Amino acid sequence: MGESWVVWGGGALGVGIRLLLVALGSASLLDHRVEVVSPVTSLSRLAEGHWLKEYGMSPYAGSAYHGSPLLLSLIGPLIGDRQGIYVGDLLRSCSLFVVADLVSALLLRSIGKLLERTQSQHLLQLGVTDPFRAKSDKKDVLGAGNISFLVYLLNPFTVAVCVGGSTSSIENMFIILSLYGAATEKVPLAGFGWAMATHLSMYPVFLFIPIAYLLANGPDSPPSKLFDLSESAAPAAENDSCNEKDEKQAQKVKKASGSKRAVILKLVFWAAISWGCILRLCKHALLERSSLVNMWQKTHKYMLTVDDLTPNLGLFWYFFTEVFDFFRIFFLMVFHANIAFMVPPLTIRLHHRPIFLAFILTTICSMVKSYPTVGDAALYMGLMALCVQELSDLQYFYLLLNGYILISVLGPVMYNLWIFRGTGNANFYFAINLVYATLQTVLIVESVSTVVRYDRNLLKQVKLRNRTKNS
Amino acid sequence: MADWGGWLFGFVLLCVLLGVVDGESSLRSEDFVESLVVRPLPDGKVLGHFEFVNELGGGREGAHGRHHKLFPKAIFQIVQKFRIQEMELSFTQGRWDHRLWGGLEGLESADVKPGGVELWAQFRPSNEDVDMLWRNLTHALSGLFCASINFLEDPAMVSKWGGARQNGDMGAVRHGALPREAVCTENLTPWLKLLPCRDRAGLSTLLERPRIHNSNYYSLRVHVKAGNGIDRPKGSLRLSQTLTVVLKSSDTSAAVRGGSVRNENRRPNWSLSSLFGQSLAGSCPLASSSHVYLELEANLVEELKRAENQMLSGSEDAHEDALNAPAEDLVANSNAIFDLNLAPKGVSKRVSGSASGSSLFLNYDVQKWSGDHPLDVGMTWRAFLAWSPSQGPFRATQFLTGRGNGRGAIVSLVNANRDGCNGMRLCPVSESDDGSPAIDVTTFQIVPWYVRLYMHTLKVVVDGERVLLKKGVRLKLSPAEDRKSPAVLEIGVTIPRNTSMLFVSVEFDKGYLRIDEHPPDANRGFDIPSALFTFASAAAGGNSVSKLGLDSSLRRVQICSDNLLVLLATPDFSMPYNVITFTMTALALYFGSLLNSLRLRSVTEVRSQQPASRISTKLQKLLARFRGREKVKTQ
Repeated sequence: MGESWVVWGGGALGVGIRLLLVALGSASLLDHRVEVVSPVTSLSRLAEGHWLKEYGMSPYAGSAYHGSPLLLSLIGPLIGDRQGIYVGDLLRSCSLFVVADLVSALLLRSIGKLLERTQSQHLLQLGVTDPFRAKSDKKDVLGAGNISFLVYLLNPFTVAVCVGGSTSSIENMFIILSLYGAATEKVPLAGFGWAMATHLSMYPVFLFIPIAYLLANGPDSPPSKLFDLSESAAPAAENDSCNEKDEKQAQKVKKASGSKRAVILKLVFWAAISWGCILRLCKHALLERSSLVNMWQKTHKYMLTVDDLTPNLGLFWYFFTEVFDFFRIFFLMVFHANIAFMVPPLTIRLHHRPIFLAFILTTICSMVKSYPTVGDAALYMGLMALCVQELSDLQYFYLLLNGYILISVLGPVMYNLWIFRGTGNANFYFAINLVYATLQTVLIVESVSTVVRYDRNLLKQVKLRNRTKNS
Repeated sequence: MADWGGWLFGFVLLCVLLGVVDGESSLRSEDFVESLVVRPLPDGKVLGHFEFVNELGGGREGAHGRHHKLFPKAIFQIVQKFRIQEMELSFTQGRWDHRLWGGLEGLESADVKPGGVELWAQFRPSNEDVDMLWRNLTHALSGLFCASINFLEDPAMVSKWGGARQNGDMGAVRHGALPREAVCTENLTPWLKLLPCRDRAGLSTLLERPRIHNSNYYSLRVHVKAGNGIDRPKGSLRLSQTLTVVLKSSDTSAAVRGGSVRNENRRPNWSLSSLFGQSLAGSCPLASSSHVYLELEANLVEELKRAENQMLSGSEDAHEDALNAPAEDLVANSNAIFDLNLAPKGVSKRVSGSASGSSLFLNYDVQKWSGDHPLDVGMTWRAFLAWSPSQGPFRATQFLTGRGNGRGAIVSLVNANRDGCNGMRLCPVSESDDGSPAIDVTTFQIVPWYVRLYMHTLKVVVDGERVLLKKGVRLKLSPAEDRKSPAVLEIGVTIPRNTSMLFVSVEFDKGYLRIDEHPPDANRGFDIPSALFTFASAAAGGNSVSKLGLDSSLRRVQICSDNLLVLLATPDFSMPYNVITFTMTALALYFGSLLNSLRLRSVTEVRSQQPASRISTKLQKLLARFRGREKVKTQ
C-alpha cells in the first residue's frame, strides 16, 4: 500500500512538475540552453523545418533541421511556430513530450518488475541469498522497476529535456520501448522500437546486441557457468531423478539453441520491415521535396561528420574546432571507433546481462556522441536504476552524485561567463565537458567492475554452498 | 617541287591572314565621354561624381585579333572569356550619410554603395558551368584591381540571384560582397589605367590620391554591359566607370558675411582647386565630350528663390512672382546668396525624383579650357542658406538585437521621411494623384551561414500591426547551407503611403567556426553585407513617370543599409595542442580503464587455472581442437 502510494505519488509529482514548468513558460528559458537541446534535437530547428515545409520547400533545405521527417509531421503541427504565449499553446506543444516521458517511465517500470521476478527466480535456482535483499527489510524496499520509474520521472535532467524543447524524450521512449519489447519477448515491438530509435538518433544501432541477447537468453541472469556449477552439485546430492532431468535439460538446450536462432532471425526480419515502413513513411512525409539520400545526409551523416560546432556537453565540438583540418577525418574515425571498438569486449564479458549491457552502451554513446545533451544522461540513469540490485555496492556513488550536481551548476555558469559576460573563454566551458566525460568514465568503469564483482560474489557463494553440500 | 608547294602554301596563308586582318580592321565605332557633376551638399561638403563612359559599338565578330583604340583590352577580354552580360564592381570606403546628404537619385548610374567590395555579374546563357565562370572572373578581377575579390570564389559568400537588381531571367546571376575589404590607392590606380587618358589628361587629373582617400565617402565603380540585341546591338559594350566622392573644401577662408550667423553654420567656399588640389587643365583629347556640371539641388533652388525674394522685396506680394521667375536667371547672374566664379555655358533643368522642384545643372565645357587657362569652377557664399537634402520617401536602417554571443535578431526598420520630403513623387504624406495607392518595399540581403536565421520567427509589422506571412508578405528565400552557401532572402511588403514605420525582424543563432575559419582579428566581429531596400510604386503602370519625363530607373529608390557587425564566440586560438592532448587523455582514460575492468577475473578463477601461462594453454586447446577436427575429417 505504502509502496504504491510512493510510486504513483512520485509519478504524479513528476508529471505535475513538468506541467507547472511548462505553464510558467520555462521553455523559453531552456530551449536555447546547449545542455538541453542539441542541433539534432532542438525544437526551434524543428519549427524551422516545419516552416520550410509549410512554405513549400524541403525541410532539409538549408542547415536548419536535422531530425526525422516523421517527427516533423508529428510534432510540427503541434508546436506551430513556437511563438505562442498562452498557457494553452504551451501545454499543447509540450503535451507529447510529457506523454512520452510517462510512457518511458511505465515501460521502465514493467521491465524492472520483470527483472525483479527473474532475478529472484535465478537466485532461488542457484540457492543463493541476494546480498541486496539480505541487507535490509524486504517490505521497505522498492523494486528495481519502481525505482527506475521514479528516477526517470523525477530526474531533473529528464524534466529539463521534456520541458525545454527537445525531442530527446521521444528518442528515449523508443529505445526503452525496444528494450521492453525484447524483455517481454514481443519481437515485432522490439524490432520496431530499435528501428525507430536508430532512425531518430543513429547511436541506438549498437543496442541491437543487447536486444538480441535479451530475446535469445531472457533478461539479466548470472553467468550460465554458475547454473552448471550449481546443477553439477545438485545431482551429487540427490541422485534419483538424475537421468530424467538430464534428458529434459538436453532437450531444453537443443530447443533453446534452435529457437534462439529463430528469434534473432525474427528480430532481424521485424527490424527490416520496420525500417522499410519508416523509410516509406519518411518518403511520404517529405512530399517529394527531398530525397531519402538527402535525408540521410542531413541526419545521420550530420551526426557523423560533426559539422555544427555549437558547444554541448560532449568532447567533439571543441576538439573539432581546434583540430587541424588535415586530421579531421582521422579524428572523426577515432572518436566514433571509441564506441564501436568497445562493443565486442563488453558483449563478450556482459552478454548474460543484456539490460546492463544496454545501460553501459548507452552511457558510452552519451559520452562519445557528437551532440549529447542531458537527455542522454536521463536515459542511462533510468536504465541504471534497472540494475539497482547488481549495482547496490557501487563505489564512489557519493562522488558521482556530487559530480553531476557540480556539472549542472558549473556548466551554465561557465557558459554564461564565456558567451554572455565575455570574461571567460571557451576553455572554461570545455573544462566542464572534460569533467563530465571523466565522470561518465568513472560511472562506466565502476558499474562494470561492480557487476563483475557481483557475479564473482555469486560464484563464491555457489561454490561455498557446493562445498558445504559435498562435505 | 616540294619547295614550290611550300611557297604556294605560305602565299595562300598570307592572303588568308591579310584578308582576316583587313576584315577586322573595319573597326567598330568607339566613343569616350567624360563628365563630372559637382553638387554642394547641405552640410557644407561637396559631392563630386565622375563618370567616364566608354562605348564599343557592335560590329562583326572576328575570331582573331581585335584592335581597340579606346576600349580597355583587359575589360574586353574578361567580358569575352567569362561570357559576361552585365557586371558591376564597386569599391567603397566610408559611409554615405542619408540624413545629411540625401539620396543620390538625381545622378545617373549612381547608387549609394555599402562599404567594401561588391561584385554583381550576370552571365550570358551558355553551356559553361556558371560557378566556374564566376570563380575565374573573381580571380581575374582580383588580379586586375589588386583586391581580394578572389575570396568571393567561395560559394559560401555568394548569392545565386541578384534580388531586385536582376533584370529578367537573362542568364545566371552571381552576387557577392566583401564588406571588410579596405579600399586603397592600389585599387584606384588600376581603375584609372582603364581610362584612355589614364590620369594624365582630362577630368581624371583631378583625382589626386591623398585627397580622394581622405574623403568622407568614396565609391569607385566599374559597370560593364554587353548589348543583348534588344535595345543595343549585339556585341556592343558599354563600360561606365564612376567615382563618387564627398569632399570637404580645403578653403578655410570661408566667410559668411553678416554677423548673425553662428559659427558652425559657416559654409566653406569651394572651388575645384580647393577640393581636388588642382584645377582642370583641359579635357582628355580622346574624349568626344567632356563636361563639368554644377548641380544645384531642387531644395536649394527653392530656398534660393525664397531668400532672393525676401531680400529683394521683403513683402508677401512679390512672393508668387519671384517663385515663378525662371531659376536659371537667378543662378546665372550672381545672386545675394552666392557667387559663381565662372559663368556657365548653359543651364539645364532636370527633374530629379521630385515633382515640384527641379534641380539645375550648370554646364561647363572642359574642351574650351587649357593648361594656360585652367577651369576652376567655384562657389563663394555670401550669406548662409540652409536647405534640406533631397531625400527619398523613407529612411531605412538595420541593426542587431540580442545579448551575448548566443543568439540575436536582425531588425530592419523603415521610417517615413516626413520632414525632408516636400512633394517627392513617392512621398508618403501626399495624397496620391497618380492613382498608385501603395508602395512596395523590398529588402534584399545576403546573410552568411554562420548567422543561422530562423525564418519561422520572421516578423513583419506595419505601423504596429503584424502582417502574416501568408497574407501580404512576399518572400523569396534560399536558406543557408553550412559552409556551402549563404542565406539569401528577399522580403517584400506592400505598404500604404501614409505608413510611418515598417519593422522586419528575424531571429538567429550564432554559429561557431573552426579555428582556421576565423580571420586574423576574429574578435573584431564578422560583417554581414548590407541590406538593399528598394522602394517602388506598387502600380507598375508608370504613366506618371512618363508624364514627368523621368528615367524609368527613377521610379525606384534604392537604399543600402550599413553593414552589420556580428560578434561570434571565439575559441582559444592558442589551444589546439592542449585540447587535443586533454581530450585524448580523457578518451584514453575511458578506454584503458574500461578494458582493464572488463579483463578482471575473480581470484578463484585464476587459482583454478593451471600454472602454465594462459596463452600457452589456449594455444594447446586450440591445437587440440584442430587435431580433433582433422581426425574427424580424415576418418
